[in-house]
Amino acid sequence: MVGSVAVTATDPTRATHRAVEAVWRIEAGRLIAGLARLVRDVGQAEELAQDALVIALEQWPRDGVPERPGAWLMATAKHRAVDLLRRQSRYQEKVAEIGRDLEVGQAWAEPDLDDALDDHIGDDLLRLIFTACHPVLSPESRVALTLRFLGGLSTDEIARAFLIPEPTAAQRLVRAKRTLAARKVEFELPAPAELAERLDSVLEAIFLIFNEGYAASAGEDWMRPALCEEALRLGRILAGLTPQQAEVHGLVALMEIQASRTYARSGPDGEPVLLMDQDRRRWDRLLIRRGLQALQRAESLADMPGPYTLQAAIAACHARAATPEDTDWALIAALYQVLVHRWPSPVAQLNRAVAVGMADGPAAGLAIADPLTLEPALASYPMLAAVRGDLLARLGRNDEARRQFQRAAELTRNQQEQAIFRNRADRIPPA
Amino acid sequence: MRYLVLLKGSLSTSPPPPELMAAIMRLGEEATKAGALLDTAGLAPSDQGARVQLADGKITVTDGPFAEAKEMISYALYQVRSKEEATEWATRFMKLHRDLWAGWEGDAEVLRVFGPEDFAPPA
Repeated sequence: MVGSVAVTATDPTRATHRAVEAVWRIEAGRLIAGLARLVRDVGQAEELAQDALVIALEQWPRDGVPERPGAWLMATAKHRAVDLLRRQSRYQEKVAEIGRDLEVGQAWAEPDLDDALDDHIGDDLLRLIFTACHPVLSPESRVALTLRFLGGLSTDEIARAFLIPEPTAAQRLVRAKRTLAARKVEFELPAPAELAERLDSVLEAIFLIFNEGYAASAGEDWMRPALCEEALRLGRILAGLTPQQAEVHGLVALMEIQASRTYARSGPDGEPVLLMDQDRRRWDRLLIRRGLQALQRAESLADMPGPYTLQAAIAACHARAATPEDTDWALIAALYQVLVHRWPSPVAQLNRAVAVGMADGPAAGLAIADPLTLEPALASYPMLAAVRGDLLARLGRNDEARRQFQRAAELTRNQQEQAIFRNRADRIPPA
Repeated sequence: MRYLVLLKGSLSTSPPPPELMAAIMRLGEEATKAGALLDTAGLAPSDQGARVQLADGKITVTDGPFAEAKEMISYALYQVRSKEEATEWATRFMKLHRDLWAGWEGDAEVLRVFGPEDFAPPA
């Protein structure tokens, strides 16, 4: 079949390969999800999809990119599925088995397979997301499977994303798929009673991916901001599939707003720039707009905001402030109070101390920060020392403040942070 | 990374067929749900616009329409992982025009938007 789209390039084969990869990135999730509906095993579905990808890489440079690339991949994978089952002499068995499941039976029999699957594709994608993020898997395994099944990332790309060797990433994927099979995890949507917990598991995995990208500083491998983009993409996909779930929109809002600061977070020499020091003209207003819209959606869907929605609301306070002086610290402090009351966390309490320090003065902030020195989880946390140092300095308790900044400098392993803390310590005048 | 897809075509005397507009909306919805489409809008014909031109040190303001044969029709902003991904979305968009508005011709230009990666400090 001659492709309907002519590709002009100096190296047409390589150009077509890149086109195949682009189609793969767009279609991988839907392809694997649709196949999983047929073979009821996500590991097998993924292998079939990969087989189709290999065939595409061989054939499309020769025959041209097909008219409907996604449908071509699905048809190719389905044929291989039938071949596989026949060779395993299980085809008749499977047909009988799935014949009992009318939907699936129809899907197999349907001549225009892609139309039949289209009706279910949202459902199937959701099943795939929930399966990849099943709680029997460790968070890292959920992350790896999600990137693989829904992101269409190669093993090498997953390895680079998490700064692990490729064989380790490969092993993680293999073990994860094996665990799902061994624990007989069904390709199903969670029962309503389990939905909240299962959704938490998905949101956690997506946020892990985002933070992996967000925590990386500029100057490193630029795969890392791409991870933020990947997490955002996954979040948006999920929001499209579960539009009534408040916390999904909350997570998307949080990620959009945090991502809006990417440009402003690094200085000219790659050094990190703190939020209060960032040039706000470099904040991406499109992402802020989208984030605020998602937040509004989240808040309209639930009476009580969940943790992601609350964190997004806090991020939105900063996003709405044209200058640091415009920041609504009282609102931020109130939001943190709700957050720590329902989901206690020492770090959130510390952030609350900062907000209260800004809204009600340093003494009020210190009253919240001081007890945290007894928190084992924060014993080596540089930010606790830095926050206390800042509050003490504002109270004129200079010697104590200097000691705290020196301690922060000792505790951090980040050279640039160290320089910032030493600098602050040096700038405090002697008592 | 982001790509801007700018659609340009000849000004046509008839409006686009409703089937095409419906299909474009569905494709837009699909791209949005895929997390790839960030923003999109149609552009009114140039007879409703103006041009501010700088040439030879002088600035001239002229009301539309403009003499060029091709009009800017719409834009779409995509977040994708490669140029080829943006091109694939643009290709699907153009296929709708080919299939649902016989005889229509135009160009969808796929342009990368500068992002933080272009202004990264030296490693």
